[in-house]
Amino acid sequence: MRTIGYIIQKEFIQIFRDRFMPKIIFAVPLFQLLLLSYAATFEIKQTRIVILDNDRSVESRRLVSLFQGSSFFSSLTDVEGIEEAEKLINTRRVHQILTIPRGFERKMIVEKSVTLQLITDAVDGSAGSIRSAYAQSIIQRYSMLINTRVTGLNITQPIVATWSFWYNPELQYTTFMVPGILVLLVTIIGLFLTGINLVREKEMGTIEQINVTPIKKIQFIAGKLIPFWIIGLVELTFGLILARLVFDVPILGNPAIIYLVAGIYLVLIMGIGLIISTVSDTQQQSMFISWFFLVLFILMSGLFTPAESMPAWAQIFNKINPIAYFIQVIRLVMLKGSGLADVSVQLISLSVYAFASIVIAVHHYKKTV
Amino acid sequence: MPASQNKIIVVENLVKKFGNFIANDHLSFDVSKGEIFGFLGANGAGKTTAMKILCGLSHPTSGKVTVAGYDIYTQTEKIKRSIGYMSQKFSLYEDLTVYENFRFYGGIYGLSRSEIHSQTEILLSQLDLSDYKNRVIKTLPLGWKQKLAFSVAIIHKPAIVFLDEPTGGVDPITRRQFWDLIYKNAYQGLTVFITTHYMDEAEYCNRLSIMVDGKIKALDTPAALKNRFGCATMQEVFLELARN
Repeated sequence: MRTIGYIIQKEFIQIFRDRFMPKIIFAVPLFQLLLLSYAATFEIKQTRIVILDNDRSVESRRLVSLFQGSSFFSSLTDVEGIEEAEKLINTRRVHQILTIPRGFERKMIVEKSVTLQLITDAVDGSAGSIRSAYAQSIIQRYSMLINTRVTGLNITQPIVATWSFWYNPELQYTTFMVPGILVLLVTIIGLFLTGINLVREKEMGTIEQINVTPIKKIQFIAGKLIPFWIIGLVELTFGLILARLVFDVPILGNPAIIYLVAGIYLVLIMGIGLIISTVSDTQQQSMFISWFFLVLFILMSGLFTPAESMPAWAQIFNKINPIAYFIQVIRLVMLKGSGLADVSVQLISLSVYAFASIVIAVHHYKKTV
Repeated sequence: MPASQNKIIVVENLVKKFGNFIANDHLSFDVSKGEIFGFLGANGAGKTTAMKILCGLSHPTSGKVTVAGYDIYTQTEKIKRSIGYMSQKFSLYEDLTVYENFRFYGGIYGLSRSEIHSQTEILLSQLDLSDYKNRVIKTLPLGWKQKLAFSVAIIHKPAIVFLDEPTGGVDPITRRQFWDLIYKNAYQGLTVFITTHYMDEAEYCNRLSIMVDGKIKALDTPAALKNRFGCATMQEVFLELARN
């Protein structure tokens, strides 16, 4: 135990004597939380739409005024013809084109049916479909109004759903994002710092000196990991405080569960970092491999896109994706107030992986050359 | 200590192969307690490979080796307690102070707090560097770092110290001081196993072995070797052997 203590002491001195390390450790969480939580949003707040009104009738103007009245749309109505409108959508200055055909009003009253054309820029697929849905809902509303006026009957939709949004009543995007970003933070600290750390000793040549000492592999690895484990949990605390104070994200469940899972998760992620550093000879190699895993794990994890809408094979992949488990747990505990029993599956899975990764790391680290 | 009381390193028919390449071809030699044993050879002759085996950093392909009375195959961890090692690559932590380096290595060798303290005092005063205890290593000149690295390598009072080209890139005066240090410690019973490319240093050794292409071509005292090859200096002996 004393041996491990000496290694931990040395690691802490090195970390805090470094010119960049302490800044990275505290600046990274701050920036990630503040920038990503605000910027990485799926909310579509503004849509610029060109409305080509070829009919210029009372009814077509009524439709146009519904778009103009919506705060979601800012509409351009003085565009000359479809060519100009297409130019605008090509240069990404507008998102949508709505074409009202000539004879719109007459057809609607005489033939009881008319077709409009709605074009949406769908380069970003999910934003496109949201915009399209918004525009259609306005057209839908107009459709109801005209039915009422033409028939004189007060027609209402036969089925009306009332709704409420649970766990995130105001549909605050940050409430959903912040817990996920906290996971990212812990992951980056765990994976990158441990990945680089051991390789650095290889590069400096000090690892050879360590290897001729009677130190046991498990002692050395424990001494290397414990400092970053502590730093990881301090970061998490820092992040949770920011989440609570700055973003007003609720922490409904027991924070102890978050710490328990984070502690196990860190062991796992640091184990992966160590495995990477045992197979790398330089810090660059270690960084590249870490990036590869990090990007893969994050994009598949359901942090930015719902994992439920991924193809089946991707969902199977997520069964071995540690980030996915931790994100699920932290969202459940913070937003739903889930208890230990609710997250037991994730907890057990993470524990098994953590154990396996440390065993592999210790096995992979060789004291001989 | 086994029956061969005085022999602290015994090597018989040591072979190390990397694929088809034979780095060490049936090496046999022994080193006595308190001896300064020079291990010479051109670059690539297999010196470092052999030294790494003796230190337990690498496993031999075949042969019998005991270091400090322990078997190289089964008692590596015990050997590691009895030896110190200073590698070609500089081995102190550049971002730690002199004292922090001593404390760290003393700590992982299991020295007590007071032992670490007293050993640091003794070793630093030996180097006349007591005033620099709290200086960060990277701010010190290379020669000092090498002497400090030597001191760190013997902080746990090992029976043998292995020095792999310890004086590379160091000025002549500091090299002389380094050898004074070696002598002082050998006199106190430390066995020194050293590789070097400086032939003037070779003259300082009690006995020398010269390796060529993985084999030991000569092994004797510097005087006897010069005699045998009819040369005035070790430089000539070395060139004579390496040429063939």
